[in-house]
Amino acid sequence: MLQTKDLQYSYDEKTVLSFPDITCQKGERWLLLGQSGSGKTTLLHLLGGLRTAEYGDVIVAGKSLKALSKSGMDRFRGQNIGIVFQQAHFIKALSVEENLMLAQKLAGQAISRERIKDLLSRLNVEHKLKSKPDALSIGEQQRVAIARALVNKPAVILADEPTSALDDKNCDEVIALLEQQAQQEEATLLIVTHDGRLKDKFSNTITLNS
Amino acid sequence: MLLSIVLFALGVGLISLLFLLNRQLEEKFQKNLAGIDLVIGAKGSPLQLILNSMYHVDAPTGNITIGEARAFLREGHPLIKTAVPLSVGDSYKTYRIIGTNHKILALYEAEIGSGKLWEADFEVTIGATLADVLGLKIGDEFHSSHGFVSDGMNEHSDSEPFKVVGILQATGSVIDQLILTNTASIWKVHSSHDMDRAAEQQDTVHTPQTGTILDHPEEEITSILIQFSKRNMQTLNMGRNINENTDMMAAMPAYEINRLYNMMGAGEKLLRMVAIVIVFVSGLSIFIALFDSLRDRKYELALMRVMGAFKSELFLLIILEGLILAVIGFLIGIFLSHIGMSVLSNYMEASYRYSFSGTTFLLEELYLLFGALVIGLLAALIPAIQASNTDISDTLTDS
Repeated sequence: MLQTKDLQYSYDEKTVLSFPDITCQKGERWLLLGQSGSGKTTLLHLLGGLRTAEYGDVIVAGKSLKALSKSGMDRFRGQNIGIVFQQAHFIKALSVEENLMLAQKLAGQAISRERIKDLLSRLNVEHKLKSKPDALSIGEQQRVAIARALVNKPAVILADEPTSALDDKNCDEVIALLEQQAQQEEATLLIVTHDGRLKDKFSNTITLNS
Repeated sequence: MLLSIVLFALGVGLISLLFLLNRQLEEKFQKNLAGIDLVIGAKGSPLQLILNSMYHVDAPTGNITIGEARAFLREGHPLIKTAVPLSVGDSYKTYRIIGTNHKILALYEAEIGSGKLWEADFEVTIGATLADVLGLKIGDEFHSSHGFVSDGMNEHSDSEPFKVVGILQATGSVIDQLILTNTASIWKVHSSHDMDRAAEQQDTVHTPQTGTILDHPEEEITSILIQFSKRNMQTLNMGRNINENTDMMAAMPAYEINRLYNMMGAGEKLLRMVAIVIVFVSGLSIFIALFDSLRDRKYELALMRVMGAFKSELFLLIILEGLILAVIGFLIGIFLSHIGMSVLSNYMEASYRYSFSGTTFLLEELYLLFGALVIGLLAALIPAIQASNTDISDTLTDS
């Protein structure tokens, strides 16, 4: 479902980042551990098609990202890859519901308010449907961000440090929600983090060395 | 963002106001040309003569005697179709009283609305505006004032009062603003202290036919409006002949009004330049506002790309923003200019005898919309390119 081969990326000639090959099967949950500077955010961006690798390839849901055209990549990402960032960001002018509708629209999917309502209620933030993102607590924002990552039923969910800004209680909750929702959507989940608290919660772990 | 819209609206409003003003002034001037080919009056400024005799603003250039003008006033001149004598100089509540004959109605295609045309001395027929504004009715009487101000100081209170006998239908031309009577009435008002002479005139000048004013070569009128029966070299030379060989002056309305346009044109050109500069500055300010807002929204734009938006979609998004700003500015501007026109209309009506309309829309305003859209597009172009080139990964990492 998510596979990398000989991935390499360099910001300049001196620092070349090489990544270990990854193979995640459908529905599996993976933890990618690494210290800051180990290139884990770069790897996540490569996996999500936000950056293009110089060497090697990423295969998502059977498609080589290298083979996709630029605009083809945009739509493919919108439809197949859900990304949860360290800090939840939204379009400020739009309500929670509108943000999720925009995610559906930009991915070229039909807009389904039912799907949005359903997701938000599974994440216990249904009551914030019409709220502006700024009016939400950090924990609520992270839940809505998860909902947005899931809204288009992606094959792969990538999470970049989803817990680093959260306390223990919220951390446990968010990880549980991510696992639970990924399972329900039958999506492959890959969490990139340096958060040691998560180490014991996952059986599939990759460690990046700097 | 607000400032750019206000600036844009200001520029658009100013240009639109100039269009409206120019067009409506031109229309009024054209309408009031009334097919008059030549105006004969006392020597002075030809433009002043035209303004006074045809547009009823500004003071008369002086008077001419019936004796001097006899050749043009009598029937049967081979080149002249219509000659209308005017005696200007008195007013009632700033509305001018004109001593003339019934032929003036044909010039302005005016028709009697109610009552009748003036016949006897001191009978007046008034324009539609007077009935509306002053509430004058048939049967009302009033004393005229010397000059065109209504301070009550110069009232001809010792003469016989004027009596309204008819009201004209509205024409949209200057005749709506006039009080019409016969020439002899004006003479009488000004010589009423000379009772003997007035009594004498009462006998001779009873019907206001052109023929009868010719019987008083020593009396004066202000000017004569002339329509030629046809236009040829002779009629063209007639004005020059009058100017060179008599103590009178002949002025061609079309020529003088063109001169006036040219004089006003310079000021209008300057104003238009100022407006165009304002529009460009506002275009620049839209550009800066959009560019500035990109910095705040960089993350949102990157986010939209993450969610599947194409580069081209972000490009269109910013272009659309520029266009929407321009259209809002345009609409506010047009709104302001038409409001301004209505306000100006009230003021102009009071002081220049011209009424404008705030509800007339012009084709030029449609062009202005296209212009506004082009400026909105240009202002948004660079920010839009910038937005579409947002590097998703870098932007997300920076935050």
